[in-house]
Order: sequence, then structure tokens, then C-alpha cells
Amino acid sequence: MAQAEHKLAIFRGLLKFKSNVQKIWGVLIFLSIVTTIEVVLGIVKPTSLMNMFFGMKILNWIFIILTIVKAYYIAWDFMHIRDEKSSFKGSIVLPLIILIPYLAFILLVEADYIFDVMNQGFISWNF
Amino acid sequence: MEVTATNSNEETNVWGGGNKPLNASYGKMMMWFFIVSDALTFSGFLVAYGFSRFKNIDSWPIADEVFTHFPFLHGVDAPMYYVALMTFILIFSSVTMVLAVDAGHHMNKAKVTFYMLLTIIGGAIFVGSQAWEWKNFIKGEYGALETRGGQILQFVDADTGKRVALESFAATIASDRATHESSNGLWFMSESSLPNFSVEEIKAGFTTSENLVIRGEKIDDKGHKIILSREASLAKINDAVGVVEGANLIHNEYGNRLFADFFFFITGFHGFHVFSGVVINIIIFFNVIRGTYERRGHYEMVEKVGLYWHFVDLVWVFVFTFFYLV
Repeated sequence: MAQAEHKLAIFRGLLKFKSNVQKIWGVLIFLSIVTTIEVVLGIVKPTSLMNMFFGMKILNWIFIILTIVKAYYIAWDFMHIRDEKSSFKGSIVLPLIILIPYLAFILLVEADYIFDVMNQGFISWNF
Repeated sequence: MEVTATNSNEETNVWGGGNKPLNASYGKMMMWFFIVSDALTFSGFLVAYGFSRFKNIDSWPIADEVFTHFPFLHGVDAPMYYVALMTFILIFSSVTMVLAVDAGHHMNKAKVTFYMLLTIIGGAIFVGSQAWEWKNFIKGEYGALETRGGQILQFVDADTGKRVALESFAATIASDRATHESSNGLWFMSESSLPNFSVEEIKAGFTTSENLVIRGEKIDDKGHKIILSREASLAKINDAVGVVEGANLIHNEYGNRLFADFFFFITGFHGFHVFSGVVINIIIFFNVIRGTYERRGHYEMVEKVGLYWHFVDLVWVFVFTFFYLV
């Protein structure tokens, strides 16, 4: 019964597994590869990726995107969101993808402003 | 997965209970909504960390230089290797958890027991590793001076650019200054133990060691800490008012104090989640052994604690990125 209920294809159907157990190991391999890429990039820190892009280093953008990719596969395949009804999926994921970027956006913009005030203001903060 | 979940009384009446909105059982749905709220709590913490970091974007400590330890490799500079290993351990324990859930769907008690045990071991190793990270962080490695404004001054060798520990150059000046305890001084006041060196000892040692220079908190546009010249260093050291060894909630030898505060708070909160996850897993593990779920006819409880455990792993993925990589 369980086999019939699990959706066994990942990467939009590019990779299809024969059983749920096989899919779990497949996802583990994928997550390990992504983590290894992150760690190697974090240790090597290629100079070409240190340029700024939209307020952050390109390297940091890569880290954040890879993290979200990892989070997606943990939630979708380990936590079986892939097998839930789409209304249940939405009620879990939508509040998070609406609220978290919003909170991050307003607080980081504010922090950037405070940095400018402290940096260009007439008061020395390093006494 | 609901097929095996047989309720004792099959209700067809909407108000009679036993209905599953959105095709998820009550317990599983509530676990999911708890996870949503907990995810928002963690994102609040991580965004607050981002706030402090963007506010001090030109002087934030560099994680690679803070977390450089690996067990049994003393004095080897190993940035991030250990945290990466911890990440792999946690992902792997997540995999054994999902394998236990899968075995539960097949009503395979032996396999559920085995995989639950592996998950518990993985979680315990992770919590232990985190405790070890904390120990290193609190103990510190090189030591530093702190100015009146709370800035950290670290010492580097001018020729090699390597960090230098305080004990390798501090002079010895006899002093009567003792730790003020409430038993030997004012009864209503006390202080925590004094650093191993006084500011005067560090200053005296620094002026005689010609090869030493000071490294401040500021970062250049390449992402490296700016190292002062010898003359600027000799002038700068007069700003120092205290010696800092290691880190706590008030002082932090690695740089900005907020860095240590957030490190303790966020990894501590996550570590507490891991710890409670291990405890819950142990309870479920014993229930599995005793055959509770075998008699109940389904292993949905394993699935619910599995959701919590995966969530803990999910949070670590983000903590790892924002504390150690970015």
C-alpha cells in the first residue's frame, strides 16, 4: 500500500526510482553532493565569486540558493510533502515563503540603513 | 499510509469525528503546524542575526577563523571540516529516520527498531559534537585585548601573518590584584575569575616584541581583516582596557560581542531541539520494542516524530549556511 502512495520521481520526473527506499538513498546522495560543493566552495573561496551582486557576494548567493535546494528535498522527500494533498502542501509552505522573505527584507534593509548612519554620521562608535 | 490507520469506530458522520481534513490525520497535521510555527521562530532568530551582521558588515568576525578545530588534530588549522562532518551526520540520521518510517509502513518491527536506534545514535553524536564546539569556542585560542568601545585587538606576526597567542609574548609583572570574591572583599560584590594576563603585561610584552602587529575588527574589500602597521599598533594598544580570553555573553575574543551572543543563542536553541528530539526518539524507540504500535496496527507515531526530526535537520542546514558558510 505504501509503495503505491509515494511519488517516486524527483527532478520533475527526470529521475524515477523503483521503490521508496531507493528514492531515500538517491536523495541522500544528492544532498551529500550539494553539501560537498558548499564545503569546497567555503574552503576554496574562489576570487571570481567574491564580486558583489545585489548587495551580497555572488558566493553567498550560491550558498543560500543551494541551502534552499537542500531544504526543498528534505521537506519534499524525507518529510513526504510530495505525497500530501496540494491544499495541505500550500497551508504549510505558503505562510513560510511569504513571511520569511518579507521579514528578512525589511530587517536587512533597516540594518543596511543603520550601517550607513553609523558609518557616515558624526559620532564615532569606536572610542 | 492512512490505509493501515484503522480507527476502532469508522465514522461516516461529519460531526462524529474520525474525519481527516486535507487527508492528513489529526496528529500529523498538528505536528506540521507546530513545525511551521517553530520554523518562523528560527527564521526570526536567523534574521536577527542577519540584522546585526548587516549593521556591522565591515567588522563582523570571519567564521573560518573562529571554528578551526578538529578532534585529535591539535594545532591543525581545519576550518569548517568538523561542522561539515556534523552536517553529514545529521543528514544521515535523517535518512535512517525516514527508513524507519518506511519500515513502519511495511509493519516491519525489527527494521523500525534498528533504524530508530541508528537515528538516536546519530543525534547523540551530533549533540556531543556541538558541545565540543561550544567548549572550544568558550575556551578560545589566542586571546585578545578589548578597547573601551568594545573593539577587539588581536595580535599577528608581521612576517607570517599568523595569529599569535597572548601567552607567547606577555611579560610577567608582579601584581597584588586578586579575584574579588564576596568572601574576601565587599560582601555584595564579586567578579568572575581574572584573565591570565593583565593589560600592562600584554603592553610590556608587545613593545619588546618587534615582529608583532595588531589586527583590528575592520575588514577590507577583499574580505580580510585589516592589519595595522607597527607604529599604528603601538599607538592603538594604548586604547586597550581589558584582556579577553575565549568568549562568553559579555566578551568575545573573536570580534563583535553579538557574534558570540547569537552563536550561543541560535546553536543552543537548535541543540536543545536536537536534544529533545533524541529524548522523544528514545521514548518512541522503547514503544516500538514493546510492540505498542504493532498492537495499534500502525506506526504513525514514528512518522510524527520523524517529521520533527527532519525539521531539526532542516534547521541545521540553514544554521550551517548562515553561521559557517556565508
